[in-house]
Amino acid sequence: MNFWETFYKNKLALTGSGIVLLLFLLSLFAPWIAPYDPGQIDLKNVLASPSLSHLFGTDQLGRDVLSRMVWGARISLKVGFAATGVAILIGTLLGAAAGYYGGWTDSAIMRFVDIMLCFPTFFLILAVIAFLEPSIWNIMIIIGLTGWMGVTRLVRADFISLRERDFVQAARSIGAGDLRIIFLHILPNAMASILVAATLGIAGAILTESALSFLGIGVQPPTPSWGNILTAGKDNIDIAWWLSLYPGLAILITVVGYNLLGEGIRDSLDPRLKK
Amino acid sequence: MPPLLEIKNLITVFDTTRGRIKAVDGVSLSVNTGETLGIVGESGCGKTMLALSIMGLIPQNGSIINGEITFLGNDLLKMSANEIRAKRGNEMAMIFQEPMTSLNPVFRVGEQIAEVIKLHQNLSAKDAFALSIKKLQEVGIPQPERRAQDYPHQLSGGMRQRVMIAMAMSCHPQLLLADEPTTALDVTIQAQILDLISMLKEKNNMAVILITHDLGIIAQAAEKVAVMYAGKIVESSNVEETFADPLHPYTRGLIDSLPVGCTGGNEDRDKYLKTIPGSVPSLYDLKPGCRFLERCPYADNKCAGREPILEEFGPGHWAACWNVRNIQKEKH
Repeated sequence: MNFWETFYKNKLALTGSGIVLLLFLLSLFAPWIAPYDPGQIDLKNVLASPSLSHLFGTDQLGRDVLSRMVWGARISLKVGFAATGVAILIGTLLGAAAGYYGGWTDSAIMRFVDIMLCFPTFFLILAVIAFLEPSIWNIMIIIGLTGWMGVTRLVRADFISLRERDFVQAARSIGAGDLRIIFLHILPNAMASILVAATLGIAGAILTESALSFLGIGVQPPTPSWGNILTAGKDNIDIAWWLSLYPGLAILITVVGYNLLGEGIRDSLDPRLKK
Repeated sequence: MPPLLEIKNLITVFDTTRGRIKAVDGVSLSVNTGETLGIVGESGCGKTMLALSIMGLIPQNGSIINGEITFLGNDLLKMSANEIRAKRGNEMAMIFQEPMTSLNPVFRVGEQIAEVIKLHQNLSAKDAFALSIKKLQEVGIPQPERRAQDYPHQLSGGMRQRVMIAMAMSCHPQLLLADEPTTALDVTIQAQILDLISMLKEKNNMAVILITHDLGIIAQAAEKVAVMYAGKIVESSNVEETFADPLHPYTRGLIDSLPVGCTGGNEDRDKYLKTIPGSVPSLYDLKPGCRFLERCPYADNKCAGREPILEEFGPGHWAACWNVRNIQKEKH
């Protein structure tokens, strides 16, 4: 059974990819989907409950929550992809070097990974942000810089097993150099697990971004993000439940969506789970 | 004319947690253009490590501590990693035992052949791919244009080995190392692959080193034979001499353990397959004396005391055994 057949039969994976696709479309067409300008303040309509004109209600400045969430999806996606991109890039390069060369290169890189894993990631991010301006770019890079260790371990494990395969020896016998073997011969064979790690990583990055924004050190207002809508929700939770519920649900569904997709890809690629 | 490849007293060692072992221990041999040298021996006797030493591909924990490998007039052991890499796949090429796993599963076979061509020749991707189709045709793959677009898992074992050969041959090497090229294939395909290698050898005027544990393959495809045992060459000669008059008891044992009929069918031979008792000694604790001692029916005190050296008993027929003359007397 091939990858797609298995994937199609996996209802959860399909649900996950549906959610992810929907988020992509939302982000791509945000200017057309959002009913209002996300920054448009309407002080006559502060904290209006959900109605036909404002489906998800308005916030403490009278801005349309639905519009802010649609634009916030864009931010989530950006942060998710960029942060994971940074993590995958670092993780793949270090993991490939550690797994392929072995010896002290491996030891040095893996001990560095151990050291990095000793820090509680979230507090490390808080500490770094304290020194930097909390902009969306800094957030992306910092989430990426603190999230590559798992990828490194994964890629290293793949490389250790792949470097012993006959086709690697065959590649050497045709005169291919180390870099060529690492990037053109082994890496494509490790892509499957990197892809799974990336998908799951995006969910984690979105969650971290929301948490940082919620704490006020992530994406800065007035730029809308699900996390900073939640902050407003926290202040008004006794009178405006919609400010907490909808962005919370959006974060939940997004994270579940990416996780389902990632696990679906992993299950479809794992020959042992094939029936 | 000097031989194409000449190896002198090659010693390849491996450092393991249990100590240092000599996988290849003082091997000397030579191969001329147009010749097929068969290297035969049991698993673990150092055949593959010998081939990998020539290619400069021994694993990380191994090293060559002695010897010369002269190929086309240059000592390969004195070359830099880059110089020898430029020769691999270009002037010398290797094919492996497992065609199932020696091709990269994620690339089309045409691309894999094209890669060798691009590595060593200054050709565009398009020209290299076109050339790879021609190479597939040369190794007898039907519909090469379509097969070039296939992934390795879409091809049968014999086809894949043909692809490996096409890859190895794509830059017209002068030396082809074939490490058990047919072990993973069934007998009819085995014969086809051996014929293909012989045909390509004639056509491209190259030398072949054919590594195998099967004397039948040697009889079919080689002109010269070197028999290896525990890292050493114990007998070397041409194929006819080896089968007609094996000097070393190990070679005799190997020939005797072929099914009757293959070697002419001796009437008074046992009805059942003969075997060589025992197994290859561990390279970790080699005793002084002959390495074949414990398994040898002719062993005596002299064998236990000193290790035999290669001596020439007939023109070009070398063997490393103290009792060659006694054994010959017994035979006649």
